[in-house]
Amino acid sequence: MALSRRDFLKSSAAASAAAAIGMSVPSEVQAAAEKANAGWRWDKAACRFCGTGCGIMLATKGGKIVAVKGDPAAPVNRGLNCIKGYFNAKIMYGADRLKQPLLRVGADGKFDKKGKFAPVSWERAFDEMEFHAKKALKQSGPEGVAVFASGQYTVMEGVAAQKMMKAGFRSNAIDPNARHCMASAVVGFYQTFGIDEPSGCYDDIELTDTIISWGANMAEMHPILWSRVTDRKLSDPKKVQVVNISTYKHRTSDLADMEIIFSPSTDLAMWNYVAREIVYNHPESIDWDFVKKHIIFASQPVNIGYGMRRSDEKSVKDGKYTKLEMETVSKEMSKIVSEKEGPALEAFGYKAGDNMVMKPAGLKHWEISFEEYKKFLDPYTVDYVAKISKGDPDEDIEVFKKKLKTLADLYIEKGRKVVSFWTMGMNQHTRGTWVNTLSYNVHFLLNKQAKPGNGAFSLTGQPSACGTAREVGTFCHRLPADMMVKNPKHRKICETAWKIPAGTLNPVGNQHIMKIHRDIEDGVVKFAWINVCNPYQDTASASHWIKAAREMDNFIVCSDGYPGISAKVSDLILPTAMIYEKWGAYGNAERRTQHWRQQVLPIGDSMSDTWQWVELSKRFTIKDLWGEQPLRGKNKDGTPKKLPNVIAEAKKMGYDENATMYDVLFAHERSKAYKVDMTKFPQKGYDNSECNGDSRNVVGSDGKVFKGYGFMIHEYLFEEYAEFGRGHAHDLAPFETYHKVRGLKWPVVDGKETQWRFNAKYDPYAKKETKESGNSHAFYGGLAKALSQGDLKGIKDKTKKSLKNKAKIFARPYMDPPEMPDENYPLWLCTGRVLEHWHSGTMTMRVPELYRAVPEALCYMHPADAKKIGVKRGELAWVDSRRGKVKARVETRGRNRPSRGLVFVPWFDEKVFINKVCLDATCPMSKQTDYKKCAVKVYKV
Amino acid sequence: MNNNNQKQKIKIEKISEGRRKFLNITKSVGIAVLGGFIWSAYVDEVKASSIVLRPPGALDEPDFLKTCIKCGMCVQACHFRDSNVMKNNDGDITGARPPTLKLAKPGDNLPIGTPFFIARDVPCFMCDDIPCVPVCPSGALDITKVSRKVEKEPEPVLDINMAKMGLAIVDTTNCIAFWGIQCDACYRACPILDKAITLEYKKNERTGKHAYLEPVVHSEFCTGCGLCELACVTDKPAIFVLPLEYALGKAGSHYIKGWDAKDEERLKNAHSETTTTKISEKSALDSLNNMDELEDLY
Amino acid sequence: MKKYRFLIARRAVQISILFLYFAANAYGWSILVGNLSSSTLLGFIPLSDPYAVLQMFMAGAVISSTLVVGALIIFIFYAIVGGRVFCSWVCPINMVTDLANYCRRVFGLNQIQKKQPATRKMRYWVLAISLILSFALGVGAFEFISPISMVHRGLVFGMGFGWAAIIVIFLFDLLVLKNGWCGHICPLGGFYSLISKFRVINVKYDNDKCTECMKCKLVCPEKQVLFMITKETMPVLSGECTNCARCIEVCDDDALGFFLKIDEKKAKEIDNENN
Repeated sequence: MALSRRDFLKSSAAASAAAAIGMSVPSEVQAAAEKANAGWRWDKAACRFCGTGCGIMLATKGGKIVAVKGDPAAPVNRGLNCIKGYFNAKIMYGADRLKQPLLRVGADGKFDKKGKFAPVSWERAFDEMEFHAKKALKQSGPEGVAVFASGQYTVMEGVAAQKMMKAGFRSNAIDPNARHCMASAVVGFYQTFGIDEPSGCYDDIELTDTIISWGANMAEMHPILWSRVTDRKLSDPKKVQVVNISTYKHRTSDLADMEIIFSPSTDLAMWNYVAREIVYNHPESIDWDFVKKHIIFASQPVNIGYGMRRSDEKSVKDGKYTKLEMETVSKEMSKIVSEKEGPALEAFGYKAGDNMVMKPAGLKHWEISFEEYKKFLDPYTVDYVAKISKGDPDEDIEVFKKKLKTLADLYIEKGRKVVSFWTMGMNQHTRGTWVNTLSYNVHFLLNKQAKPGNGAFSLTGQPSACGTAREVGTFCHRLPADMMVKNPKHRKICETAWKIPAGTLNPVGNQHIMKIHRDIEDGVVKFAWINVCNPYQDTASASHWIKAAREMDNFIVCSDGYPGISAKVSDLILPTAMIYEKWGAYGNAERRTQHWRQQVLPIGDSMSDTWQWVELSKRFTIKDLWGEQPLRGKNKDGTPKKLPNVIAEAKKMGYDENATMYDVLFAHERSKAYKVDMTKFPQKGYDNSECNGDSRNVVGSDGKVFKGYGFMIHEYLFEEYAEFGRGHAHDLAPFETYHKVRGLKWPVVDGKETQWRFNAKYDPYAKKETKESGNSHAFYGGLAKALSQGDLKGIKDKTKKSLKNKAKIFARPYMDPPEMPDENYPLWLCTGRVLEHWHSGTMTMRVPELYRAVPEALCYMHPADAKKIGVKRGELAWVDSRRGKVKARVETRGRNRPSRGLVFVPWFDEKVFINKVCLDATCPMSKQTDYKKCAVKVYKV
Repeated sequence: MNNNNQKQKIKIEKISEGRRKFLNITKSVGIAVLGGFIWSAYVDEVKASSIVLRPPGALDEPDFLKTCIKCGMCVQACHFRDSNVMKNNDGDITGARPPTLKLAKPGDNLPIGTPFFIARDVPCFMCDDIPCVPVCPSGALDITKVSRKVEKEPEPVLDINMAKMGLAIVDTTNCIAFWGIQCDACYRACPILDKAITLEYKKNERTGKHAYLEPVVHSEFCTGCGLCELACVTDKPAIFVLPLEYALGKAGSHYIKGWDAKDEERLKNAHSETTTTKISEKSALDSLNNMDELEDLY
Repeated sequence: MKKYRFLIARRAVQISILFLYFAANAYGWSILVGNLSSSTLLGFIPLSDPYAVLQMFMAGAVISSTLVVGALIIFIFYAIVGGRVFCSWVCPINMVTDLANYCRRVFGLNQIQKKQPATRKMRYWVLAISLILSFALGVGAFEFISPISMVHRGLVFGMGFGWAAIIVIFLFDLLVLKNGWCGHICPLGGFYSLISKFRVINVKYDNDKCTECMKCKLVCPEKQVLFMITKETMPVLSGECTNCARCIEVCDDDALGFFLKIDEKKAKEIDNENN
């Protein structure tokens, strides 16, 4: 039967429409649709890019992805995409895809740090990795082997890397680029709720009356969510109010009813202003019933530094930091309290002019009374906050005050539902954890959190920052499902689940991503492996890290699909399968887990990160890794820190000491129970390069054609990891389920997803906890849920009081960032993204259409500032800080319109390497870098 | 007799010389007419086929073609604006941003020697200092079209926003923003965004929770710089710049917008005219006396 | 060397001018910006092609004062030194047609094709037609097809198919018509011929010294202007003479040379007085 074009359109439209409403499709129509589609195949997947988590469908033809469509059945995007998602079909096919392992070699063919890249076999690549990893272990112990991990890992890759690093190498030096994007939100969640991940979900958008965006450019960074916000605004333009709060004007202001431009870092003061308005001027708006039942108040030290290097660190002592750099870095040790922050710090015992000596304090905090909290809020009057916060020097202060009042009124208005969204503006912040928690303060006081249409909600940057980095726990301090390496109970749970000897896991987890860079510079980390990220482009103070990687005795391996800056900096490059060339799963910002199948074979000899980890595990035996291992530092009793020898224990468990980590961690009875079955859903009809090998016959790590592991490793890795969360409020559905649905928001209990956590009405775990009390909410997270008592300045009573099922409101003051504009460097620099490009641009800059749309990063600045330095629009200027300078073209008319005194430069362009200019100061609690503020001067080239 | 003969011969020679001269002249005129015909046909053809974007301040195309002396100084000014020249570390000049303006070469199929740009290749970046216009010796690029009087300034100041190089047109069928894709690359590329291109929000009834953000071009602000056309991500741009002559319609001056005082300007050229349609071709008397048509009615 | 001194000088001048224009476009020099149609000398002196301006005028364009001044400067300059000095000392096409002419001599094509099939008056027709067409079409008609501008712009801004114009002219001059373009068709040459009547610099001929070797006529691109050779001593007064000085340098007998008309007038006056 010949199917006309019209028939085809009709039948495929019917099929997808039916799928969209979850109806089962009559088999006849289904068959017709399949027949019409002959020659290509549609299958579902998740978009490669941001944390929104749009569902897409991919068309495969002749072994290549030829087209993409938004998945009409996906609840997030209902068939739509943004401009990047529109090009998902093209991202894997740049002309310069890496196809073979490449090693720096000298004339003799041996590895040479100064040599040129030459193709080598996978076997040789793993020989080198084995050699250098063993060398590093010998020189520095487990802390000498590090991994730059990723929020763009698939869940399974994250699990494989996590297991091999933490259980195999016993190294916690694995930390994702998600550290740069989410860490402050995470610590905010931990400290406030005792558990990671947001309470609300995207459905809040359709339910709320007020969308307040704090330091987020949703219009460009979360376009699909933004279109939902737009729709919400359209549906009730008068009632629904949109506010954009930012340090410069950007596209999110377009829709906004009000735009507040504030001076960098003063969002702290503005949140406290709103809280003060509630507590002092509208006490009736406080839901005391809710607060008393669910909330306690807390304080912490304020002299906690800025996460920069300290004077006793090796590279600082060695003089690797210039005098100019030290002007800023010195603030890590001490600083003079400024006039600007003086009033805010008075309650903590500091006044303007005082010398504040910084002391790392970790996550220390203690309970205080409401009266103390009220005292803390006292200075944040509209006059004080307006004075320090007004970000546009050309704006009238009275107008600004009015805006602040309007903002507070929107929050306070009885019955008005409010959602606060934020992303990097509040996360990439030297007080990122603080400002994150301040957002919950306001929502808690008003009982506008964890309710439909109400809540503070942290939007994610990366596609699986939540799903992999956070939930799997590929952070230096984490284990799966919110467990911590520091916690002996948590380690025990993991050791049991992974069937490894007690004491294998390393309890010291402090090598966060900045620390890994710094440890390389200090000569501690000797072996580093880059997975699904571009750390040499995305890290601030970039010149330091590139120099350390290129000039010191170490071995850097980079797994990548394309030759980016990190590949260039490395010693060994592994060609790596990209997203749709492997089975995978991502978890988006609203706790939605989405799976996809391998659509096509990888290009060249590329293999997935999972495969690379598993192959590496074959090179290390129990004997190699589980003997006694040295750690840095000393125990309290003065003995050097070390990890115990667990080989004997392993033998007791039945392991041979010559068993490889492959046998121990990946290929054993439990994993082999996950069968490869090509006759059944979901495997039927789909490639599986790791489990079966594939028609490319790639010669693998042992010099033989790789024929596959013979068991369904993806399902195994997923299920083993998922098991950690089941029954612990992290419940994930079975592997197979995810191949049938368009993602599910965890906790998935009895097959049902959860929209609002901690809310007894919606969250089965909260329901359970409130069974007796009948409370509306239960903030059941278990971290830091017993506190000492004190006042704003310190602990007075060390006895720990439990605060089960409660959340916290923190007294966290405004503080200056470590580097602010001055005479020599008169402008703020803020960096970020543009809609057209993803992160460092390795994928999107290779899509011709996106490249043409935005071929270079521009320096957005105010026309008056440009005039002052004599640079005309379109001309090149140096953007110069104490750390380095880059050339960028000046734009005074573009999409971003900073006020006088601030410039914005996006970081996607490796030719405009702005991270050479940025400062690697971090939130000292979350260790997340502040890319949003440092001081620069701009002048004509 | 002899004499006579000779005279006749001379006469004949004179006549034939006259004829030859006449013939020569006719031949020359013929060649000239033929040559002139081919020549004019060629010039006319090239002139007519020119859907072409001109630099800022260009006179209307017919006047521009008359006035442009094809010296290329605007092209050079564009080429040598600092933004378009980048010195590398050795001080060598490398073209960083390719210059916008080109001079029509034989083979470009455009009026030869005249400056133009192709927005999809290199659009006009709308330099605030408009280097190309003041250098024009002929006035084909008219500085008064891109400058305006500003208070306190004695001389009119350049204002590139006044340029009218063309008008961007959106093909709403192929523009992916009209499909609901969150694209709007054109909008963000526009140097006068929120004026020349705005986003029109519409509910997406199909999804029930998203909005269309549709780019809409406003001719009163669009300069035709073409940055939108360059940025457009469809294979063939779904937003593209056409010269105003091709892009704009024209409403008759017999109706003036009652709500727009400015619209009165169109009255300047308004005049009354006697109209003819098929039905009013014949004089009233003729039609009245023509009974044939009436007979058809019964 | 002596035999080529003017030729070398001409080439030097032609190439220098071209290079200055080229450098303006390639390196941003500002000595001579623009092209032969209109340019700016030293950043402030406007120069314009008066024939182009005339066409614009005919086309009905409003002529800017810059163009008027520029055209006047050029007009006066060539009126003094001789209009067709442009042709032999500035115009880039001259090198092409000279080469064609040289090839004709080398290959003996002149012997085969003795009779010229066209009149040199043609250029005045073309000139007239160009002005009529400019008027009729409302554009500078010759400027649309001018191979001179095409080649010159091509050398400065990029050729495109401009090479074709060079080749066509070369082949035309080589195979169809001796001195075909410059001597017969080019209306710009015609225009400059017309404004050369009162030029000050002329070639003069001394019949007494002449040995009638006819070398001068062999090299002359506008042979008809040398009608006096072997006949009588007199200056070359025709506006069609390009002052290229080839005749002067090839003459072994010193029978040809430059003179300034002012001197001649004075000489005549002195002569008269003596008589």
